[in-house]
Amino acid sequence: MSDTPADVIGFYAGQLGVDEAAAESVLASALGRGGTFAELYFEHKRSGSLSYEDQQVKSTQASLSQGVGIRVVEGDAIGYAYTEDLSLEAMRRAAETAAQIAHGGGETEEIDLTAASYPADRYAIASPSTSTPLADKVELLRRADVAARGWHPSIARVDASMVDEEKRVLIVRSDGRLVADYQPLLRFNVSCLSELDGERRNARWGGGGRMGMAYFHDHSPESLAEEAARQAVLQQEAREAPAGTFPVVLAAGDSGILLHEAVGHGLEADFNRKGTSNYSNRIGQPVASDLVTVIDDATLDRSRGSVNVDDEGEPAGRNLLIEDGQLAAYMQDRISSDHFSVAPSGNGRRQSFRHAPMPRMTNTYMTAGQDDPEDLLRRVEYGIYCKAFSGGQVNITNGDFVFSVTEGYLIENGQVTAPIRDVNLIGNGPDVLSKVTGVGHDLEMSDGRWTCGKSGQSVPVGVGIPTVLVSGITVGGTQMRSGSGMSA
Amino acid sequence: MAGPTLSTEPLELAGRILAMAEAAGADQADSVAVSSTNASTTVRLQKLEKVSESTARSVGLRVILGGRQATVSTSDVSDAALEEAVRTAMELARISEPDPYAGLADPTTQARSTPQLSLYDEQIPDVDGNHRLSQALTCEQSALDADGRIVNSGGATFSTSVSSFALADTNGFAGAYADTSASMWVEVMAEEDDGQLRNAGWSTSERALHRLDDAADVGREAAARALRQLGATKASTCEVPVVWEPRMAAGLAGIVSGAASGEALYRRATFLAEREQEEIASPLLTIVDDGTLSGRLGSRPFDGEGVVTRRNALIESGAFQGFLFDSYNARRLDAASTGSAWRSVGGLPQIGSGNLSLEAGQSAPEHIVAEVEDGLYLTTLMGFGVNYTTGDFSRGAAGIWIRNGELAEPVQEINVSGNLLDMLARIDAVGSDAQWFGSTSAPTLRMSRMTVSGV
Repeated sequence: MSDTPADVIGFYAGQLGVDEAAAESVLASALGRGGTFAELYFEHKRSGSLSYEDQQVKSTQASLSQGVGIRVVEGDAIGYAYTEDLSLEAMRRAAETAAQIAHGGGETEEIDLTAASYPADRYAIASPSTSTPLADKVELLRRADVAARGWHPSIARVDASMVDEEKRVLIVRSDGRLVADYQPLLRFNVSCLSELDGERRNARWGGGGRMGMAYFHDHSPESLAEEAARQAVLQQEAREAPAGTFPVVLAAGDSGILLHEAVGHGLEADFNRKGTSNYSNRIGQPVASDLVTVIDDATLDRSRGSVNVDDEGEPAGRNLLIEDGQLAAYMQDRISSDHFSVAPSGNGRRQSFRHAPMPRMTNTYMTAGQDDPEDLLRRVEYGIYCKAFSGGQVNITNGDFVFSVTEGYLIENGQVTAPIRDVNLIGNGPDVLSKVTGVGHDLEMSDGRWTCGKSGQSVPVGVGIPTVLVSGITVGGTQMRSGSGMSA
Repeated sequence: MAGPTLSTEPLELAGRILAMAEAAGADQADSVAVSSTNASTTVRLQKLEKVSESTARSVGLRVILGGRQATVSTSDVSDAALEEAVRTAMELARISEPDPYAGLADPTTQARSTPQLSLYDEQIPDVDGNHRLSQALTCEQSALDADGRIVNSGGATFSTSVSSFALADTNGFAGAYADTSASMWVEVMAEEDDGQLRNAGWSTSERALHRLDDAADVGREAAARALRQLGATKASTCEVPVVWEPRMAAGLAGIVSGAASGEALYRRATFLAEREQEEIASPLLTIVDDGTLSGRLGSRPFDGEGVVTRRNALIESGAFQGFLFDSYNARRLDAASTGSAWRSVGGLPQIGSGNLSLEAGQSAPEHIVAEVEDGLYLTTLMGFGVNYTTGDFSRGAAGIWIRNGELAEPVQEINVSGNLLDMLARIDAVGSDAQWFGSTSAPTLRMSRMTVSGV
């Protein structure tokens, strides 16, 4: 069973000696030089990983990471320090270091801590994977290996792994809020190598979420492994991708990576507070085709990007970012919501207690439209159909973004035809979103496999999208082709 | 065999958990302990934005029991937590599977003394918050002052780090070293006539304070790079020569080094597999990995398994010399460790390069550009579009178009693509202007042809 917030609070007090009195004392040190706000982020994380390679267990790993990150806010500026040593003395010393951002006197008001609650636990679990016997996990990996090898004779190598963690988070703030959360996370990965006539092709697949072993009730290791094997074998017959600007149809699900890069990062409020995003000062303006509505939603059940509370102690939100093509709102953390005088949106996240929070996405998706997905393909005379991806990146300031397609096909005369080799696509956020000319009725969320990096911090996220037609994106293939395709 | 060590704590910690593992019955074990103090100051638009300072330490252990191995790590270093970590490691190892290649490094290859590598700058522990602040302010101010069109900033950061690394194993190896680093980074935005912004950043990173580039120069370089992107448009789709500026060429050296990993070879996930001693690249290309260069960020006296670091040629005048190995992958593939294991407290050793150097050639960089009638001068790459198994390369890019031998207008929102084997073979000029970027050095280079995708 997962911990309730009360269990987590009890765990910190009982196991680690961190109780309300200790927290209040550290907060007093943090505000000892007159900062306007202070927060303690306690984290206790147990994680494990198991990898199965070449038909045997290659490595088993367990780690424990615990500590507290202390932030003192003074206007727009912050002081930050952390310590892995949870003795009162070490925590006070870290608090004094963080306090140096402020230069005032030592008068602090009495802090009266009150445990805050949140509406629902979106990832309560019956059976944490972290306490599942290793032999059971090895069996899942073995099944993946057998399934991938059985899928095609050219599968020469299978690497499967499972990583999981359970995180107990306790956030204590100088405004009196105390909030606790138990956050499970699981991920299953399969990588396959196909070797045919000396030609090697590889592919990866996987999934997971804020789940325990129940993940495998709906997702068999076999299905994940066969998907990786299918993609690797498919690459054996892939031809060179074309070079130039063409219509692109994005398959439902993982193609949400386009949204994550094209608008997601640009709508994080820190960049907009600083005026360095190409979406700065554009609230209420059209930034996309009116077919486009985008939501960031931390409340999805058990999704990899979901949280009950963000890492600043604010309740998770469901935030409308773009409505019918118009920019509706940014994703906020504490500092930016103060700056814009809006409510925090629950997007303050961080990698660990060693990092200060900042505005981050959770699960970001485009809402379903009216179109029949098959119809969107039929509208393309010559273009690209994208299904699986390895990653993406964006330049916040000029809006250019890229994403790498690992399973793509040519579309010729409305039909999906030959698979193409790995290819990068590049576009400019508002430009590409204004070229969305069709949105399917088939919204799908990614299975939990994405991790987002920003300023050196990684956090788990989800993406989602229905099948979408974009009238033109630049495709970085090697095959020169004169003329460009048309789409209705 | 300690250098100027901050404290003896890491070596003591590594020894303590190792002794517990031996007492618990491990056949073999090694342990890693690290401690580091990191401090940084960020300013933006000449106002203080963030100050941080912390000391971190943690310890990791690998145990091997009847050929079965497991690793554990913990940031709680109390005796009780270490005992629990050892117990967990032993349990994990017992239910793991025997791997005949699992094991420690060959003791005869391990370091017996500490060479003088100048990894530690005595000045850095004494750098205070005021110095970090004034350097960050100077760096950003010089960028803001460079031109009236520099209108905004992503901020400037100056940071310092002092670290100790200790490794001990049950064959009797016990070693530690301390090192330092300092770095500075700035990003600014230049404004177009229509209000659109073009951004660029620049940075410097060294082991010793006095080797850092001057703060004002770093700021000016960032400003110049943002300014030269003003008016950027999209290029047309074509096949043209591409000139890689030194920083881009350094990234290419990193890709080659990744493909030369012995683990990638064992996984058959590299386009360099079965190509040892083949002429895979232009004879102008030489890339060397060297973990022994004095004062460089990629240098260390021994690797993550205690093996002495050394110089490893990867490509010599176009011929691929061989792969980088740790002990495990070397045993698997009947090779020898090249002193290339990197070790964090959590997990098994991983293969990586020390300092990478794409060696300078004979051509003046201006000359490399002057010989191009129509082509791309590449200054930015985006995304992850490198498939190490096939060598397919397709990435987002920006740069400056070359017309009649001169840098003409800036371009952006384009792709460059090719296959790495073709790309390496098509290098037809290598500049004399090699410079260091962190632990990698590279000059300007030119490829005779790549595909550029645009409008």
